[in-house]
Amino acid sequence: MNSVWPIFKREFLAYFSTPLAYVFIVIFLFAMGAFTFYIGHFYENGVADLTVFFGYHPWLYLFLVPAIAMRLWAEERRTGTMELLLTLPVPVWATVAGKYLAAWAFTGVALLLTFPIWITVNYLGNPDNGVILASYVGSFLVAGGYLAIGACISASTNNQVIAFVVSVVVCFLFTISGAPLVLDFFRGWAPLVIVNAISSFSVLTHFTAIEAGVIDLRDVIFFFSLIALFLAANVVIIDLKKTG
Amino acid sequence: MIEIEGLTKRFGPIPAVAGIDLAVAKGEVLGFLGPNGAGKSTTMKMVTGYLAPTTGRVRILGHDVETDPIAAQKCLGYLPEGAPAYADMTPRQFLSFIAEIRGFKGAEINAKVDAAVGKTELDLVLDQPIDTLSKGFKRRVGLAQAILHDPPVLIMDEPTDGLDPNQKHAVRTLLRAMAPDKAIIISTHLLEEVEAICTRAVIIDRGRVVADGTPAELVARSRHHNAVTLSLPKAQAEFAKTKLKALNGVAAIEQLALADGLMELTAFPKGGALLIEDISAMVVAEKWDVKELYAEAGRLDDVFRAITTHDADRAREARA
Repeated sequence: MNSVWPIFKREFLAYFSTPLAYVFIVIFLFAMGAFTFYIGHFYENGVADLTVFFGYHPWLYLFLVPAIAMRLWAEERRTGTMELLLTLPVPVWATVAGKYLAAWAFTGVALLLTFPIWITVNYLGNPDNGVILASYVGSFLVAGGYLAIGACISASTNNQVIAFVVSVVVCFLFTISGAPLVLDFFRGWAPLVIVNAISSFSVLTHFTAIEAGVIDLRDVIFFFSLIALFLAANVVIIDLKKTG
Repeated sequence: MIEIEGLTKRFGPIPAVAGIDLAVAKGEVLGFLGPNGAGKSTTMKMVTGYLAPTTGRVRILGHDVETDPIAAQKCLGYLPEGAPAYADMTPRQFLSFIAEIRGFKGAEINAKVDAAVGKTELDLVLDQPIDTLSKGFKRRVGLAQAILHDPPVLIMDEPTDGLDPNQKHAVRTLLRAMAPDKAIIISTHLLEEVEAICTRAVIIDRGRVVADGTPAELVARSRHHNAVTLSLPKAQAEFAKTKLKALNGVAAIEQLALADGLMELTAFPKGGALLIEDISAMVVAEKWDVKELYAEAGRLDDVFRAITTHDADRAREARA
């Protein structure tokens, strides 16, 4: 556990010592604003809540989170620091956890910087701040889930472009697995249990449930299992790469 | 302190390391030599636990690198090939990170960083991003990182690559000073480095150990071992050649025309016989105008080429 902290700290600070963090945060905030106000017609709706704002989060994360995740391991391999990191007396899981948590904390910072919209909506009316808080938690969990997927895929390739594209596709499948596009494909031949299981993997379904203002333990468990699963796979992939 | 047993590594069908057994004791500085692609770096990667061996095992102070990597890695300092470091950090931040991860706390971190910085003379660039440093400084950051916790075992992949002669000298002095209570493995292409700091030289070729001995022993296998070279005016050269050839213990004479009407003659001994005494006596007796006269201990690059190209040629023949 002691070795997770130095890795977390190094990794987290590294985001802010390069333009990456600033570019990411600026684009994230602009995109959030553009979606909410222009596509979501935030003002025209005349309702003082943030449903429109949060509704776009999974779709924005779909592209922005793999962009952060793609460099997690691929970059270490490219610069050779992977060799340094993996020959330090640190268990692989601690390295995986430290890097992942730093990236997740970074997306958390970007998310927190959307606070002006929360102030705006409170100025315009009387929104249910409990629901907004729940939505923030849900949004953070979605980012965490995508990030775990992206980190795992980044560990399996040296090529950042491949890592990005594959992560986007996998995240997309997890996002819409509750939608007819995916379910119809299985419905014809797979038993109902399987169809239901696939449908329950949908990030969107669980996020929508939380966004409604109820943090159900089952939804939280879903996100944490998703994260744990992909981080475990991440550890296994790094161990497998050792055997060359 | 380092025990390597039957180590092999295959990448797909290609054997990179084809069975290496080595034991390195305290006080030894082992120079790992070999042509590019001989398996030096791959072996070091397995010793440090970055790569898992296909078969065989490595123990560092008794800790198996595969089954107990953390304990083994605590005892070793490793400078990977190319001395990688986080480019966006300064040496101070980077070394503090390494110190922290190696379990040092509070004031200890600064003490360890300062000690490593002092030994590698990094003071001047301590707060510049590693990205902006020259190759020599980057290499020294890598060295500082490896010796920071004063490990009993040091593994260094080309520690002096990219350094200028003064820096090379400084690093060699540092390694020599640390050597008595450590086991050190360095890989290098610089044969003079082996003669300067190593107590033992191991040549590997195509994944196998093809020579193992002290640098002096290896050098003695050179055809230049105890060879005597003299340069004298061309007019006297022919006569000198016949006289030298007649000398007991001389196997062959080679000649090389120099500028200023001089001729250089090199007498190679039979079976390493000592020639210098007889030849210098002859020079005095014959009153030759000798401008230069010296005996050689041998040349490591002779041995290196003889061992490694010989094998490659044999392989080519076998394939044909």
